[in-house]
Amino acid sequence: MHIDRTERTYMIIAGALIAVFFGLVVVSSLAYGIQVPAPEARVDPQTVATPGNSPWGDPIDERVRELAPGQYEAFILAQTWVFLPNVIEVPVGSTVTFQVTSKDVQHGFNLSGTNINMMIIPGQVSKLTATFNEPGEYAFICNEYCGIGHQTMFGRLIVTDEG
Amino acid sequence: MYARENKIAGWSLAVAMIALFIGGSMGPLQKLNYAGVNLYDTLNDIGLASYYQGLTLHAVLNALVWTTFFIVGFFTFALVRSLNMPLKMPWLNVAALIVMVIGLIMAAIPILLNLATVLFTFYPPLQANTFFYLGLTLVVIGSWMHGYGYYLTYWEWRKQNKGTRTPFIALAIIITMVMWQIATLGVAIEIIFLIIPWSLGWVEGTDPTLARTFFWFFGHPLVYFWLLPAYVSWYAMLPKQAGGKLFSEGLARLVFWLFLALSVPVGLHHQYLDPGVPAGWKAVHAMITFALFFPSMVTAFTVVASLEVGGRARGGTGLLGWIRALPWGDPSVTAQLLAMILFVFGGIGGLTNASYNLNLVIHNTSWVPGHFHLTVGSAVTLTFMGIAYWLVPAISGKNLWSRKVALWQGWTWFVGMILMSNGLHILGLNFSMPRRTMIGAAPYADPAWNPLLFEAMIGGLILGVSGLLFYANMLGTVLSRKKAETPVEMPVAESMDATPAPAWLDSWKPWMALTIVLILIAYGPILVDLISSAQFTSPGFTPW
Ligand SMILES: [Cu+2]
Ligand SMILES: [Cu+2]
Repeated sequence: MHIDRTERTYMIIAGALIAVFFGLVVVSSLAYGIQVPAPEARVDPQTVATPGNSPWGDPIDERVRELAPGQYEAFILAQTWVFLPNVIEVPVGSTVTFQVTSKDVQHGFNLSGTNINMMIIPGQVSKLTATFNEPGEYAFICNEYCGIGHQTMFGRLIVTDEG
Repeated sequence: MYARENKIAGWSLAVAMIALFIGGSMGPLQKLNYAGVNLYDTLNDIGLASYYQGLTLHAVLNALVWTTFFIVGFFTFALVRSLNMPLKMPWLNVAALIVMVIGLIMAAIPILLNLATVLFTFYPPLQANTFFYLGLTLVVIGSWMHGYGYYLTYWEWRKQNKGTRTPFIALAIIITMVMWQIATLGVAIEIIFLIIPWSLGWVEGTDPTLARTFFWFFGHPLVYFWLLPAYVSWYAMLPKQAGGKLFSEGLARLVFWLFLALSVPVGLHHQYLDPGVPAGWKAVHAMITFALFFPSMVTAFTVVASLEVGGRARGGTGLLGWIRALPWGDPSVTAQLLAMILFVFGGIGGLTNASYNLNLVIHNTSWVPGHFHLTVGSAVTLTFMGIAYWLVPAISGKNLWSRKVALWQGWTWFVGMILMSNGLHILGLNFSMPRRTMIGAAPYADPAWNPLLFEAMIGGLILGVSGLLFYANMLGTVLSRKKAETPVEMPVAESMDATPAPAWLDSWKPWMALTIVLILIAYGPILVDLISSAQFTSPGFTPW
């Protein structure tokens, strides 16, 4: 098969470019410690919110816990069309591990302006961690269609000034 | 010639265009809502229950019905001409079309009755009326039957033409249909084994992660099922229309074989943010996804080179002068050239989406519809419209109603899409604005979004006008009483290289083997894992 010389060169460059791009994705993911949700735990969506069954069954104001100074764990239950809890307050400099699950349909959890973005799928636990060094308000928005009230489903993470 | 095939093609195209008309008309409504103009309350009176019912119509009719029906119509028309042989068993293809139409009606009724407002992905545990799933299944099975009709014809041609290379267009069509056959197994398994028994109440729960995985086994190659017919036109028809030749036919064949092998084992790149899928498998699919860019990069070179041959033959000189010399007065050519330009940006955005890390920022934001309106909404749809400008005259035997209106249509689509897509991209990237959301009613919508939402609305409205221009032209053409004096023929670009392609580029065994091996590697272990650990605990919900 005859291949034009310019096209041959172009193909080599194109192939190399794609390899470089993929390499950059790998290197930068490792360098910045990029985390994506991965298998964490299985739950039964029908009973996960029952008191006593899981952290998502605890009273809403007890679902955010301080494990150590500046270390928080937030168990958020997604359901149509609210996150519970939907207001979370932590002091600046805190590290928060979000553990989110759904008791009904699929939802999304995107904490605007951060790298926290995950699918919330019934039966699964989505877990990601972030540190908040800037005080302010961050919205977490459901970004997966979950029914007629989907556009109203969001919550707020308030990072307060007192350190 | 080919009266029966023309009939199949014509009716397929008619259904495709009706679907695009209804589905497309929802688009401007969505963009008006973004910018604060809510027409949904008014539309309640004519039976549109919600933004999301409209969105379901928009996505299912545009992305599934318009594309699939157009493709089988176009393929039926092109295959027999490429092989220079009628369909072996035309009744099979007629039956295929009937099955597809029955399926479409079956799926459309629950959508129109607001019983299937589950969007295009119908992720369980959202649960639609069973007929929605049955209808979709029939549409897919009908498309398989079309494929079987094509394979039989191709088989017969091979028997009669031993030692001759399959004509490029025919080979590309058959490869596309085989890829589709493999890909749709995913969604067929999802619907038949997981969803239908669950929606009928035979089983109580389903496993949403498993369902998603089967869906995306199909969902990504679906993108290539849309795109490859456009590539058929870009490689093998457009150069002829532009006065050029197919620059490297051998590579064009190689590209299609690579798409067969690489289109399927990449679906997990849609599930990077799924909690139930291990990171290692996501990385494997990320790698194959990057490899999948290679055949598209080759396509860019070959197609542009083929067009350059045309531009120079038409008297264009200099580094870029040949571009001006292309037949920009031919609406079929112009629409497709503009589609290609938009596709460059669609491709760059696709690389972003495929990047494991960057995807975190844009997943499920409005960046994604911004992206795929450049691909399926432009590279594919605008190309199909460009094809329609010669195909509908060829089938109907009438002249195109107005070349001028058709030119305006192509350009307005181009401008409208730039505006809309730009707005959506930036809103997703900079502001994490969610996709598939009634933004006009979202309490978290930020005033800072407004200029971009307005830009997207203007784009959406221009696209609406462009759509109307397209329909005016199609109706004007078909309803015209005057037959064309010179019948329109299918444009087929000659190959620059007179030597036939090597035998390994006309041989199924090595490529099918590679395809199956790659799918087994990329999907075998993870599917075994997900199936064996499946928990069928999700009952159905209808929260709309
Ligand atoms: Cu939602
Ligand atoms: Cu994809």
